[in-house]
Amino acid sequence: MGIEVRNLTKSFGNTLALDNVNININEKQIYGLLGNNGAGKTTLLNIITNRLYPDSGKVLIDGEQVLDNDRVLGRVFMVGEKNLYPEGMRVKKAFEITKLFYPNFDIQYANELARRFELDTRKKITALSTGYASIFRIILALSVNTPYLLLDEPVLGLDAQHRDMFYKLLIEKYSENPCTIIFSTHLIQEAANLINHVLIIKNGCIIRDMPCEELLEGGYTVSGPAALVDNYISGLKVLSVNSLGGLKTACIHGKAEQSDLPPGLEISSMGLQDYFISLMNEEESK
Amino acid sequence: MQLTWRFDDERPIYIQLAEMLEDAILSGAYKEEEQIPSITEFSIAYKINPATALKGVNILVDAGLLYKKRGVGMFVASGAREKLVKKRKEQFYRTFVEPAILEAIHLGIGKSDLIEMIERGLSEHGN
Repeated sequence: MGIEVRNLTKSFGNTLALDNVNININEKQIYGLLGNNGAGKTTLLNIITNRLYPDSGKVLIDGEQVLDNDRVLGRVFMVGEKNLYPEGMRVKKAFEITKLFYPNFDIQYANELARRFELDTRKKITALSTGYASIFRIILALSVNTPYLLLDEPVLGLDAQHRDMFYKLLIEKYSENPCTIIFSTHLIQEAANLINHVLIIKNGCIIRDMPCEELLEGGYTVSGPAALVDNYISGLKVLSVNSLGGLKTACIHGKAEQSDLPPGLEISSMGLQDYFISLMNEEESK
Repeated sequence: MQLTWRFDDERPIYIQLAEMLEDAILSGAYKEEEQIPSITEFSIAYKINPATALKGVNILVDAGLLYKKRGVGMFVASGAREKLVKKRKEQFYRTFVEPAILEAIHLGIGKSDLIEMIERGLSEHGN
């Protein structure tokens, strides 16, 4: 049934954090939620999980409103930057508490992951370093077994080895038992191959909402001698241009036509990160 | 199978995965009538979405290079290597030989010169 976000608006003082957002999250897909700092990613995820109330609009999960609806909220687990566990609580205890709220939480698996990530479960949560606080949160996420998983910057402060472990464990989990995942991250390159649907948010508005593959087919780069590139891109929808010496590379919005490519120019497809950066630059220059 | 293998941004991931599987069959890393890793194993090893891995593997299934045994897994079809050699030979002609010939015509290099050049290249590389 999925998550339906309808006409969601939220302001903090004079700042419009979400501006009439509408999204349909389909079941059993991995969504990448991308946006610069302050774009509204965390606000959106917090409203979906009833941690914040919207000014207007609503969120439905499996057809039911989430507003103070514990039954529905039990199907969603969110890991964010903030730990919502009481001061002084130890990791071990937090696993037990989580099990009370989420009956499918697998304590044995959580302990196994703690061992693999070398997280000491006797430690107090508040005493964990940034990296280990992230590890603690991703262990919860990987062990909770809810149909919906919301991950807000899950790899923050993690080193390359631990990020690699996390991505592999997440795919393993998803392969065994597909759930719906919304994943926000600044490390776009690393997450690009994991996600199959992209949501790009900018100034509280969703500006892209489509399958990853389709998004990447909708753009390409052309490079070659500056004069040739300039000539080629005139009349096309240009996202960004970079030049170095006499060479130029332009990111173009649209589908590449190999057949009418003049000699001396080269076309290649754009990665998700390049696409994202070009799109942000274009939006800013508007 | 090269586990350090990296994807580039140039082409869709599923196409790169399909080519990697073809290379593994050509090199003999995956032998005919032998089982290959599962979609889950590919997804985890390469950190790619299982749907993407499935799409890549299905290219080879559709081409008759791999086949599925229900409840067991995926296997390399007999004759897969020969099929691939034939396909790559044709690709070699289109990507390398044809452009070389067109350029030779463009530069006015005659047939005997061209054959001589190919023979020179072969002998310089010990053939």
